[in-house]
Amino acid sequence: MSAMPGVVAINTFREAVRDRVLYNLIFFALMMIGAAIFVGQISIGIERLVIVNLGLSAISLFGLVMAVFVGVGLVYKEIEKRTLYSLLSKPIRRWEFLAGKYAGLVLTLLVNTSLMTLGLAGALYYVGRPFVRSDGSILIAIYFILLELALVTALALFFSCFSSPMLSTLFTLGIYVTGTFANDIRSFGDFTKNHVIQVGTRVVYYILPNFHNFNVIATAGHGGSVPFALVWQNTLYAALYVTLLLVAASAIFSRRNLK
Amino acid sequence: MAALAIEIDGLTKDYPVGFWRKRMRRSLDNLTLQVEEGEVFGFLGPNGAGKTTTLKLLMSLIFPTAGTARIRGRSIGDVEMHREIGYLPEQPYFYDYLTARELLDYYARFFGYDRAERNERVSRFLELVGLTAAANLQLRKFSKGMLQRAGIAQAILHDPKVIFLDEPMSGLDPVGRREVRDIILDLRRQGRTVFFSTHILSDAEMLCDRVAVLVDGKLQGIGAPGEIVSIEVQGMEILFEMPEERAVPSTLRERATKTGARYQVEVPEAELFQALDQLRDCSARILSVTPVRPTLEDYFFHLVGREKAASHAVEVVTR
Repeated sequence: MSAMPGVVAINTFREAVRDRVLYNLIFFALMMIGAAIFVGQISIGIERLVIVNLGLSAISLFGLVMAVFVGVGLVYKEIEKRTLYSLLSKPIRRWEFLAGKYAGLVLTLLVNTSLMTLGLAGALYYVGRPFVRSDGSILIAIYFILLELALVTALALFFSCFSSPMLSTLFTLGIYVTGTFANDIRSFGDFTKNHVIQVGTRVVYYILPNFHNFNVIATAGHGGSVPFALVWQNTLYAALYVTLLLVAASAIFSRRNLK
Repeated sequence: MAALAIEIDGLTKDYPVGFWRKRMRRSLDNLTLQVEEGEVFGFLGPNGAGKTTTLKLLMSLIFPTAGTARIRGRSIGDVEMHREIGYLPEQPYFYDYLTARELLDYYARFFGYDRAERNERVSRFLELVGLTAAANLQLRKFSKGMLQRAGIAQAILHDPKVIFLDEPMSGLDPVGRREVRDIILDLRRQGRTVFFSTHILSDAEMLCDRVAVLVDGKLQGIGAPGEIVSIEVQGMEILFEMPEERAVPSTLRERATKTGARYQVEVPEAELFQALDQLRDCSARILSVTPVRPTLEDYFFHLVGREKAASHAVEVVTR
């Protein structure tokens, strides 16, 4: 296994830290502290629901913003600033560079999400609620958020290999939103009874990444359990989709003339 | 014949231009040249001549429309070959959130050195380019000249056999240029091959074993700096003094220029002996006779001027 992607990944993580990307943690911490104090004052018996829903939604949103906006600039910035010129004169293949950039951002998201998870646990502890076995679903929800972010990062990286950051952002967010409503889009197609629309919505359903299945925030909020099969299914699905996107991105990027 | 460090064979690069990108602009046209191991090779040409395009093709940053190239016998597409080469891009820009030490350490990691080896190399090369004092300063605080030095350090950090430098003197003050010249001469002493592009002709004349001149993507000449300009001899320069009571012979008077008590006249080589006879008849004291050789700069501008005049600009073809 090549060590090159690891070298690039560590540097990408260092870049994110030094560019103050993790400053979003301050906003998250302030939000959780505020919510814990506020909910502690007014809620009777629904502290857990409010804090878990708010915390998980914030983890997902903050991560999504980071994955999209940092992700679309991963390759573009290196080309635009020509830092890639010196790098590619070293014994590193273009796919290794891409894999390293991807791994670096996923590592950043992992650290960010882990620290936010600690913040969420702190807020739950503050409202005086003991941790119970069913809280495992909160951790599963966070794991699914991470899978979702890994997928979004791969999408952003894929688009950034051949389009500008603005277009890449539009494409990535567009697919994310469409993928979130993938099940609804298919149901809509079936509901119309129009064959053309049915085929169209099914194509969208099967080709675009389905983000709907990664969202178990409501289940976790209510303390419900998440089927174990879904964990495997989502893991496999994300791994497959990410691999496909990275292979496609590498194929495009390996043939690209750097200006 | 020495082994070849660089073999370029018919390298051509077209770029699509225009809104629909259907027209092609030829940036490099059928470039063929060889550079031997241990040579310092200068790649000369005005802006837009195709120098940077050539270097980017050799680094596989862009891909050729036609032609091939090999470095130390290996295809330019072979990434493992990059262990043996170093490259300084034109106007280098590096990760500005890193310090100079971190930057070099980062690049050194790609060559598999352990921590102790990396530390030793980084310190040694920072010192070589005069950046020891700024080693722990973030690159965003570096001047252009300091960035250029950091760029040179990263290009030679792993003791490459062939070093490509794109305008290495650019942005450097006279002291910095002198230091870079010394580094290049030192690399030659170590038997390394240096291929550098420049538009500073005096540097090329001083450093290079051979030079190639590129204008509008086409190779115009290649050879040793002295050899390449000796193609056109301009004439002979005679320096002389006249006795006070005598005047300069009428045939030379209009061409002669006087500086103090001395006269200087330039005559065609074929007329040299005739001119000397005339001066001797006037009791002139001949101080020196020197062949007037065009400098590399004269040759360079002669080529550029000829190209422009003939409107051989960039070839545009429709796909």
